[in-house]
Amino acid sequence: MLANLKILKHQGKQYIPDITTAKVPGIFRGRPIISKEAVDEQALVDLCPTNAITANPVCIDLGKCTFCGECAHAFPEKITFTTDYKIATNQRQNLVVQEGETALIELNAALIKKEIQQYFSGSLKLRQVCAGGDNSCELELNACSNVNFDMGRFGIDFVASPRHADGIVITGPITQNMAGPLQICYDAVPEPKIIILAGIDAISGGIFEGSPAINRGFLSKYTIDLYVPGNPIHPLTFINGVLDLIKQRK
Amino acid sequence: MKYLPIKNNQTIPLSTIPELEYRLFLELNVFTLMKSTATHCVNYFGFHCDGKIKLICCMANDESNDINLSACIVNANDTLPSFSQHKLAFEKFEREIHENFGLQYTGHPWLKPVRYPANRFNKNTTVADYPFFSIDSEELHEVGVGPIHAGIIEPGHFRFICNGEQMLHLETQLGYQHRGIEQLFLEKKKLLQRITLAENIAGDTVAGHTVAFVNAWESLCNFQPGGNLKLARTLALELERIAVHTSDLGGMCTDIGYQLGNAVFGRLRTPVINFFQKWGGNRLAKGLIRAGKTNFPFTEKLSSELTQMLDEYEKDFEEIASELFTLPSVLARFEKTGVVTNAVATSIGAVGMAARMCGIKRDIRSSHPHDLYAGLKHEPVIKQSGDVYARARLRKKEINQSIGYVRQLIQVLPEDESDLSEMAPPSRNAFTLALVEGWRGEICHCAITDAMGELMLYKIKDPSFHNWLAVAMAVRNNEISDFPITNKSFDLSYCGHDL
Repeated sequence: MLANLKILKHQGKQYIPDITTAKVPGIFRGRPIISKEAVDEQALVDLCPTNAITANPVCIDLGKCTFCGECAHAFPEKITFTTDYKIATNQRQNLVVQEGETALIELNAALIKKEIQQYFSGSLKLRQVCAGGDNSCELELNACSNVNFDMGRFGIDFVASPRHADGIVITGPITQNMAGPLQICYDAVPEPKIIILAGIDAISGGIFEGSPAINRGFLSKYTIDLYVPGNPIHPLTFINGVLDLIKQRK
Repeated sequence: MKYLPIKNNQTIPLSTIPELEYRLFLELNVFTLMKSTATHCVNYFGFHCDGKIKLICCMANDESNDINLSACIVNANDTLPSFSQHKLAFEKFEREIHENFGLQYTGHPWLKPVRYPANRFNKNTTVADYPFFSIDSEELHEVGVGPIHAGIIEPGHFRFICNGEQMLHLETQLGYQHRGIEQLFLEKKKLLQRITLAENIAGDTVAGHTVAFVNAWESLCNFQPGGNLKLARTLALELERIAVHTSDLGGMCTDIGYQLGNAVFGRLRTPVINFFQKWGGNRLAKGLIRAGKTNFPFTEKLSSELTQMLDEYEKDFEEIASELFTLPSVLARFEKTGVVTNAVATSIGAVGMAARMCGIKRDIRSSHPHDLYAGLKHEPVIKQSGDVYARARLRKKEINQSIGYVRQLIQVLPEDESDLSEMAPPSRNAFTLALVEGWRGEICHCAITDAMGELMLYKIKDPSFHNWLAVAMAVRNNEISDFPITNKSFDLSYCGHDL
């Protein structure tokens, strides 16, 4: 008992005091900025492993971008990744960053379903479904609830049963073999319910796009309430995105 | 009887692998080579070859540092005597060959589906109608768990046959995570796409699988990485080991209800993965390792930050670890729970931690060293008891060992020798095999190129491919309430298995 208390004391305060303003250490690759600099656009497009870059004007689709940073490495005068981790949105086209654009990526308040803030602003319980995720987004979703990020302080938790949940968080490109279980899980969540896609595999299929082993039919049936880009997602991206979704904007 | 010994990361002409008649192929791999207990199968697979199936078996000898290769050509409609009836370690490899090509085996315990791949031979089988083993008895009941589990983890189905609280039998059904990765390696032609695929095989083993890929690729392209690249790869592997072992100790605390342990180990992982972010911009090391180059050289500044991080980590880690391993309530749950004996682990061909926890000295870092491991003269940590306690202690000791290696490696950074020599195109009609000791255990990647130098086969084996059977054996006769802690103590990969 005493030893445990001593350990507690030595650990001190580990939580991040303000999740919305926290700085990430080092060279995190968040929201990119694309300059108007003229470059060989075809070479830039061809470089990208996940076809996230399109030309004329140059755009990066953060729903496809694996954040490897190769484009910024090869064309530093054209592309830079900022450490801005607030890149979640509820509108798919908001994830497309165009050259010359420096606007923040935000949620479209008009698209947020009325009942979300009405029911979930103080408490949101989520059921996670990994459907071909490689365990990286899953690790980061777990990290959201650790003592550093402490998402529970906002009333946001992951729960074991879909019957206790207000929505599902999908990771992975959705494999053929998980398509059935995903549907069963979603159907078991009571209304009203939300769908969050965490990571580029879930948003676009990522590097697995076009594989015959995946089946993304589920996504065409429902409205997606939040897209959280990343490979993997950063806990700060996820938590801030969910807070923007459920909290009334002042 | 002929076979071809090669070294780790060696590229050879495919035609030099001796082709044997099946009877001799079986005798060689099952009896002759396995006379030595230092030999185990690191990969055994087939591929289409002129309307027939070519089988290649890769047997590693941990003492001679060789990997002994042999091949055999069979017809798709053949029925062959199985390797598994003599050595159980081949059981899953033969199931995979059966699932992919329809080959039939006699004397195999049960040719069950492995992962229901998109290009499987019999498309009438589906993941929903897996043939579970069952026992008819009024005393017994079955418990099904998954594919979706209570926590945030990957999907897989566990089917228990229980007598009251006691688990008599566990069967693990996998395949839910199958994304068709091996096929995508052939279809995605850009090198960066293939590296990205390697990074996404298992997101908890980014360094392990990516190093295996770049080592195989550079060998195929006859590229010799310089000291900087080797240092970065070795460091990444050891840091990944420290990070995941730490979080696994936290996970094990969760499963026995020791909240403080979970909190402290969980937060201790943070500075380690944040170091990956400082170094390469990603907490799980995606984007860090590249074939033939690096975008993120390991600098003196990073070196001093790493030293400081490890100093701070170690102090807190030792404090919580010494508490964990002296608490009677922890020891009562860890000791003699989920035991795998040396004999069982040997028979199923367990690798990595699952082998070392019960007295099997099996570690690629010492037996088939790559990158800078030869210089470290690695001595594997070995435990004997094969229980949850052994797996926890093994993690603790391996963390200490890895910290030592990291400190040793960064004492003097190699001169910046600009590893910028161009990579040649991949060799034609070639075979390459890369072995890496990831934190879970042995990762094996095999690549074969065609007459144009294009990849015609990319074969990945995660250590979980061997070790899932160890979990099933470990839980037998334990109480079902001990399943979570036993499963966590192995922490095997679903996506690494399903590919």
